Amino acid sequence: MAEIAANSKPIKISRSRLTRGDRFFELFNFAFMIVLVIFTLYPFVNVLAISLNSPVDSLKGGIYLWPREWSIANYKYILSNPAIYHATMISVFRTVLGTVITVFCSAMVAYTITREEYVLRKFVTMAFILTMYLSGGLIPTFLVMRELGLYGSFWIYILPGVIGVFNLIIIRSFIYGLPDGILESANIDGAGEYRTFFSIVLPLCTPVLATVALFTAVWQWNSWFDVFLYNSSKAELSTLQYELQRILQSSSNSGMNAATAFSQSGNTAANQVTPLSIRSTMTIVASVPIICVYPFLQKYFVKGMMVGGVKG
Amino acid sequence: MENETALTAPPSLAGPKKPTGVKLFFSKLIKQRALVIMSIPFVIWLFIFNYLPLWGWTMAFQHYSPKHGFKFWEQKWAGLHHFRFLFEDDRFLRVLRNTLVMAGINLVLGFVTAIILALLLNELRQLIFKRVVQTISYLPYFLSWVVAASIVQNILSPEGVINMLLIKMGIIQDGILFLGVGEYFWTIFGSTMVWKEIGWNTIVYLAAMTMVDPSLYEAAEIDGANRFKRMWHITLPGIKPVIIVLLIMNIGYLIDKSGFDLPYLLGNGMNVDYSENIDIFVLKFGIQQANYSLATAASIFKTIVSFVLLFTANNVAKRLGEARLF
Repeated sequence: MAEIAANSKPIKISRSRLTRGDRFFELFNFAFMIVLVIFTLYPFVNVLAISLNSPVDSLKGGIYLWPREWSIANYKYILSNPAIYHATMISVFRTVLGTVITVFCSAMVAYTITREEYVLRKFVTMAFILTMYLSGGLIPTFLVMRELGLYGSFWIYILPGVIGVFNLIIIRSFIYGLPDGILESANIDGAGEYRTFFSIVLPLCTPVLATVALFTAVWQWNSWFDVFLYNSSKAELSTLQYELQRILQSSSNSGMNAATAFSQSGNTAANQVTPLSIRSTMTIVASVPIICVYPFLQKYFVKGMMVGGVKG
Repeated sequence: MENETALTAPPSLAGPKKPTGVKLFFSKLIKQRALVIMSIPFVIWLFIFNYLPLWGWTMAFQHYSPKHGFKFWEQKWAGLHHFRFLFEDDRFLRVLRNTLVMAGINLVLGFVTAIILALLLNELRQLIFKRVVQTISYLPYFLSWVVAASIVQNILSPEGVINMLLIKMGIIQDGILFLGVGEYFWTIFGSTMVWKEIGWNTIVYLAAMTMVDPSLYEAAEIDGANRFKRMWHITLPGIKPVIIVLLIMNIGYLIDKSGFDLPYLLGNGMNVDYSENIDIFVLKFGIQQANYSLATAASIFKTIVSFVLLFTANNVAKRLGEARLF
């Protein structure tokens, strides 16, 4: 990491030495980046504009960058809809609980497999690493989960992901990178394993644990497949992503004409929501937490990915 | 494994009074009980959640009946019946084609676009601008697949932006339901994958570029190489090892590159001939039709192909003298 930081200064070329070709290149490059930014953001901005537009008016199409008739009817509807509110709460709950449990458990196991003298160290390490290459596949996993009574249960969101091998690897490399002797001196001072773990390892590992927490939180918030697979019949365990997926599925199965049919049914009340407007609004609600958080976290993500990639 | 070293290694060094062998192992284990308590519960968890399902592989060679449940020795054996059925089934062959085509599109497009973007980002000299562009380009990667699919549906719907523009330009008369035309599906899939992952995929290349020796650029500049030539003759060769390693690694994981989420979420009855891949096939047959044996056979086939690819890729990497993957 230090080497990267040291070398990451831009190549120093004085302005005066820029040739005409170089200037042309810079201009082209600048324009390219602007186009890239537009292509990346525009699809999202369009959804945002539709979510802020009057629901029925949106069905006419032709909303590009800005709402034609401003309206917060969609957001009002979403906030007052008990099912969506409940699903959002489940999303938040699984994200918080799942992240806390995963971070704590991963750190604990990672700590034990860095202790050279631990007699089961290689056994534990190998047991985890092997799962990177072996998988029972969808059906057997599904049957085992059902047998364990996790079908139709909240715990299906938490238990299968308690420890990820990738998390284990990046925490382990971080502990290996700690200054030599910190852990040894703790042991000599008579601190037991638990005390060493709680009062020395956990505080020292804050940066890498933050990385793991972010990976896990984004993953938890974004998951929909486990809800779909195990809890599709349990409305009270539905999540925001899954509710959105259901709207997507219903509109694509009916050839996306559900929205059009809705408007033709004579329902022209200005504040009546439509499948299109609800879909757009839920898309925004499901992405806002990620958008707020990721710019601050990207450096951790990048760092975590580099460590995992280099030492994995 | 550690048991063995405990058995063999220490006695040669240990004095006559020290306990040896199994006894030593257990005395150590008792002394280290705190570590055992901190790790073994998770090994048990691992066994239940990750190793237990491996027994399910037997289902592919049986006529699985839920009546016997996990007593796989009581199930009726079917030999390779399900595998034979798969390869005589037109639908599975189509599914296989879709998997490979989508994986190939994702691999090639993902690679080329990320390298080009990384090269261009590396040439930006206004650091703040560069950071802003990078941050924005990562955004789609963090959004969920459901959100991505929703955004794609929105843009491509008959009242969506693309149709409106095409109508305005007079290219078409009425809106096209893009997701309802099977032939368009692979294009939509490829573009969405690029949109979602291009920024993220540049990270590795940008990191590799910071390792390129800056004096090479100075020398080239003195020799009169322009920006493009420096990019082509210095930056690109400089990151070649990283490109090769990533390429091999990606070929190893090729069969997973068609993904599950996007083809499933964007798939519908009208484009199913182009969007259905192995993972979707497994889901439909296994979970929705409860034909567990056939679905497991399909997923085992996928696992075998990916193992073969992974080992081939690893061998190629070894032969080329690059770092091995595992």
